[in-house]
Amino acid sequence: MSEPVIRTQQLTKAYGARLAVDKLDLTIEPGEVFGLLGPNGAGKTTTILMLLGLTEPTSGTAMVAGFDPLRQPLEVKRRVGYMPDQVGFYDNMTGVANLRYTAKLCGFSNKEADERIANALARVRLTEAGQRAVAGYSRGMRQRLAIAEILMKGASIAILDEPTGGLDPQSTREFLELIRSLKKDGMTILLSSHMLELVQSVCDRVALFSQGKIGLMGRVEDLLRNVLGGSHIIRIEAQGEGLEGALAAVPGVTRVTHEGSGLRIEASGDIRAQIARAVVGAGGDLTMMDAGHASLEDVYARFFEGIPNAA
Amino acid sequence: MRREGSALAGAGTVMMKELGDNLSSTRMRLLELLIFLTGAGAVYATIGEVRDAVGEDPFVFLRIFTTAKGETLPSFAAFLGFLIPIVSIALGFDSVNSEFNGKTMSRILAQPIYRDALLFGKFMAGLTTLAVMLSALWIFVIGLAILMLGLPPGTEEVMRGFAFLIAAIAYGGVWLGLAMLFSVAFRSAATAALASLAVWLLFAFFWTMLVTQITPLLAPVDPYNPMSILHTVEVGQALSRLSPNTLFAETAMAFLNPGTRSLGLVLQSQMQGAIAGPLPFSESVALVWPQVTGLLATVIGLFTVAYVMFQRQEVRA
Repeated sequence: MSEPVIRTQQLTKAYGARLAVDKLDLTIEPGEVFGLLGPNGAGKTTTILMLLGLTEPTSGTAMVAGFDPLRQPLEVKRRVGYMPDQVGFYDNMTGVANLRYTAKLCGFSNKEADERIANALARVRLTEAGQRAVAGYSRGMRQRLAIAEILMKGASIAILDEPTGGLDPQSTREFLELIRSLKKDGMTILLSSHMLELVQSVCDRVALFSQGKIGLMGRVEDLLRNVLGGSHIIRIEAQGEGLEGALAAVPGVTRVTHEGSGLRIEASGDIRAQIARAVVGAGGDLTMMDAGHASLEDVYARFFEGIPNAA
Repeated sequence: MRREGSALAGAGTVMMKELGDNLSSTRMRLLELLIFLTGAGAVYATIGEVRDAVGEDPFVFLRIFTTAKGETLPSFAAFLGFLIPIVSIALGFDSVNSEFNGKTMSRILAQPIYRDALLFGKFMAGLTTLAVMLSALWIFVIGLAILMLGLPPGTEEVMRGFAFLIAAIAYGGVWLGLAMLFSVAFRSAATAALASLAVWLLFAFFWTMLVTQITPLLAPVDPYNPMSILHTVEVGQALSRLSPNTLFAETAMAFLNPGTRSLGLVLQSQMQGAIAGPLPFSESVALVWPQVTGLLATVIGLFTVAYVMFQRQEVRA
């Protein structure tokens, strides 16, 4: 295993008495896509800002690309591309002019900057739009421009804070493709989100954040197996009295919860037949049954269930 | 803990970008128009009176700056004392908070620069804009005066005029520093603008009134001790010099009116044996040295407070 690109040890940030990030230990390997998950205010953005050296940790240390963000922030920021939550550009300037400003701040020469900007814009399909003022850009275009900025910088690590917030489904899909292509280039990506489906589809590993602590961390499949016990999720719609009790008594059923107009059953195996029998046996009318695999959403729901003020 | 790398890396880039924004903004166009029209108007109005003084005054050229037309039209220097703060405030009031409001702050600070560079670059850009504008105005007014008077300024007049220009830039720096301080302190640009204008209003209009009210309380005149009057006047003067407007007015007076021998109280006995006549340039400089230093110190002081505040600010909006 090579050196981790991001490593935090006991990283802590307190705002007054409140701990925004509490003794965080995080290790991210090169080339990995890592997802930080959690409700708003769980400390995701604070963690990211500490990694970039934009906020001073109260205690603990962080290492990014082999540098200490507190003491060598310029070295860290040279290697890390950051896309903040609700990214903004100078509206009165064109996309190209915005990137040129960043390129200058990074210390590129004019010629090099032009070349890098042209390549980066082509990659995110903004070559034409780049000549227009950012004021006329859609949300998705701004997000892509932010990715172009990261590409232009030649960053080896990308930190994306809520990258798909406020995007329509089509733009989200395109954006995910972009993230996958960055991963193919060998970029290490840290993204924070509360869009679970998205995280599930692109992330190698995820960490579930809650009140400044990591509750769960690991590969998505492992989490599904460990948290939900490799369970099957069966959704039914049925009318009848006391169905819940009857279903809970079926061997193999671990949980029964209400979901919309129907019931959601977690079971250790595919026991659809037994469930159907139980519903009918209890005098209920079974109108629909659907078995699906557990998703990260189920893990998330289970994890944050017992935590007050979360989600 | 020591940080590595230069604190000012990128400051030049920030400055050039902000300078471009400043010079091309509609806001500045309007102010430039206003200030140039005022300058032209003031010079045009006073030129008749100045022309009459040709031959009587060796420094007739400087009168362009200081002559007021009767009761109605203030002198060019007085106009500047009035307009420079407005221009400076317009340049500074939204410089930092607009980055937060446009959500560009965290993205820019994620580039390999320190915060120092951002604030310093913005301040220098504002000061440069001000300097360019005032220098252009200065040259414009002098050119206009040469045309209308038909005689060129002397070396000392140019030196005095230039010293006045420098003082005007420093005076503008004070207001720019104040506006930038408020732009760091307040997230809303409107609040920052109003706060800056409130301070300006205080010093431009109400300070003199306040000083006349406060002085007798701090240093009451004792009717049995005539020397106490002297003390009262001195306290009043010290109070009024807390205002950058007073400092600028005194500086302008000393530079542009070579006959100014003292800016404080002069007793009859001190004037005994003095020969009326203009002071050499170096003496005028010595006379207002404290005022000019005071202006510069205020600029540095305001910038420092803004700097410390900005360094401690959370980046997340």
